[in-house]
Amino acid sequence: MESIEIIGGRGTIGCKKVILEVENLTKHFPLRRGIKGKLASNSTSTVKAVDGVSFSIMKGEFFGVVGESGCGKTTMGRTILRLLEPTKGKIVFKNTDLIALNTGQLKKIRTKMQIIYQDPYESMNPRLDVYRIISEPLRVQRIVKNLHDAFPYIKEVLEDVNMVPPEKYMTRYPYELSGGERQRVAIARALVLKPDFIVADEPVSMLDVSTRGGILNLMLKLSRERGVAFLYITHDLATARHVCHRIAVMYLGKIVEKGPTDDLVKHPLHPYTKALIEAVLVPDPKKRGFGEVLKGEIPSPIYPPSGCRLHPRCPIARDICKEVEPKLMPVDNNRMVACYFA
Amino acid sequence: MALLEVKDLKVYYKTLRGCVKAVDSVSLNIEKGRALGIAGESGCGKTSMAMAILRLLPVNGKVYGGLVMLDGVDILSMDDEEFRESVRWKRISMISQGAMNALNPVHTVGEQIIEAILTHEDVTRSEAVRRGNDLLEMVGIHPGRSKDYPHEFSGGMKQRIVIAMALSCNPDIVIADEPTTALDVMVQSQILKAIGDLRNALDLSLMLITHDLSIIAQTCDDIAVMYGGKIIEYGSVVNVYGNPKHPYSIGLLKSFPNIKAEKAPIISMPGSPPDLLSPPAGCKFHPRCPLAKGICLEKEPELAKVHPDNHRVACHNTDMLKKGTDIWNQ
Repeated sequence: MESIEIIGGRGTIGCKKVILEVENLTKHFPLRRGIKGKLASNSTSTVKAVDGVSFSIMKGEFFGVVGESGCGKTTMGRTILRLLEPTKGKIVFKNTDLIALNTGQLKKIRTKMQIIYQDPYESMNPRLDVYRIISEPLRVQRIVKNLHDAFPYIKEVLEDVNMVPPEKYMTRYPYELSGGERQRVAIARALVLKPDFIVADEPVSMLDVSTRGGILNLMLKLSRERGVAFLYITHDLATARHVCHRIAVMYLGKIVEKGPTDDLVKHPLHPYTKALIEAVLVPDPKKRGFGEVLKGEIPSPIYPPSGCRLHPRCPIARDICKEVEPKLMPVDNNRMVACYFA
Repeated sequence: MALLEVKDLKVYYKTLRGCVKAVDSVSLNIEKGRALGIAGESGCGKTSMAMAILRLLPVNGKVYGGLVMLDGVDILSMDDEEFRESVRWKRISMISQGAMNALNPVHTVGEQIIEAILTHEDVTRSEAVRRGNDLLEMVGIHPGRSKDYPHEFSGGMKQRIVIAMALSCNPDIVIADEPTTALDVMVQSQILKAIGDLRNALDLSLMLITHDLSIIAQTCDDIAVMYGGKIIEYGSVVNVYGNPKHPYSIGLLKSFPNIKAEKAPIISMPGSPPDLLSPPAGCKFHPRCPLAKGICLEKEPELAKVHPDNHRVACHNTDMLKKGTDIWNQ
């Protein structure tokens, strides 16, 4: 078990209890091939979406996973909730091994772990009103017997996500809400079961810029006041820096660097993290210039490069990087990096 | 005289639920070799305006007034055939939104570039092939790949090919509509750098449409901020970013986290962009504005000059906005 001081920008969190521990989590998707391909060789190739990821999240912590599209961050989030079955690895949530659970036990523990999806336009049934959308988890989990009993829960949770007066919103349908309001309903739906852990998969990337801040600040408030832990999955290092206590940077299914947010953003160690920070544009016309970014694009996770997966794009790669894969090693108490020359 | 001059352009859509004033009296200028950024949230009319300039509006959209002058020639009153032959692509071309899907999947990329050249210019096929290869090389793609199909390229490379296509007839102005939205940050940086280099090399004018203020800050000379179909602030990027005057621009700038500066709180503006089917009376921003007062509810503010440097703002409260006062501090 890791013991890590959380030195987020938002002050230390008193309780440092580990709520989720992920060890060597791996998810490979087998590739379906035509009959010709099957005859040609016996081995099935796989997409190595998540390939041996380990980390832990504390109670009330905002843990960010940052990476480009195709790095496996979304697959990882879903595998942790067992929405996808892991290929191997260990997921321990509140001292329960999730992988050992059967369907019934899993359903029960899912009251404590929820997910917010990227696209609020697609994650809701357009034929249900807000009341029914939010009451659905309550009914599925048999917390309430009928729609009517759900009223106090829904009223409370809508107030929690700043949709006031709640009565005004309950009877609305998703098409009557703006993007920001829809994402608030999605958060309310995740929150109504009073979870301890929420996977937030790009929760603001589909929203208008002027409403993003509100959603981020709402999630921050929930983690601070209720002790809800968040796994914040994003491609946007700038918003991750704003909300996260710690950040893990993923590249092709692996974590390449991990550490407290401010440290990682100000003094990145891994060449990939450095390039990722350089690539973020600054909204200031007086500070112009595109930083040194890596050449090329992310390779296919079906045939990841040998050795260090970054070596074909890495500016400091040497011979060893092509052959032996660097392990994620601690640099000091808080930080870990997978690079020989960091 | 400006290269492109848009004056009082009005674009309305007729829908079953009523008339949508997507672009409502927008005026702007682009000089030769300059880059203008159009900023705004979804539904503010920025794409409609670009489409109206290129006459690519959907059938229910129509230009209901205004002027579009290219080099002093009114291109709005031209007939369609003349416009297609002498303006579109030859003088003004476009890098469209979601350009990754703008390529035809059943033709090779080389063929698609050549097609654009042959349609618009009177050259031989071998001349067009040679120019196509030059264009690919210019955007950083090996000309040998011109016989490949779009699916054989990555997203960033497809975007480069679309840029090559936009440059195929040596236009004076390129309109880039969210050119990097679907791309990863690192590829975005590569593409914007490529656009900037090409602009310098070819002395191109650029109209860059995006919701991302950091892209405009990095690539443009001037900026027009749009809200509810109108330009609400217009000026050089240095003036507008350094000293924004409209409450909306101020809020928008504060909604962008800056990774290279000290951590500052991100603000969010209450409410959401207006429904253009039934926009609020007076200033369209008043329901969300912390400074709104009586006159804002009744009279729509004019885009008026606030700075000798042609920095213009449409707000009744510009006097109240002294530099440094934090109007969005909730």
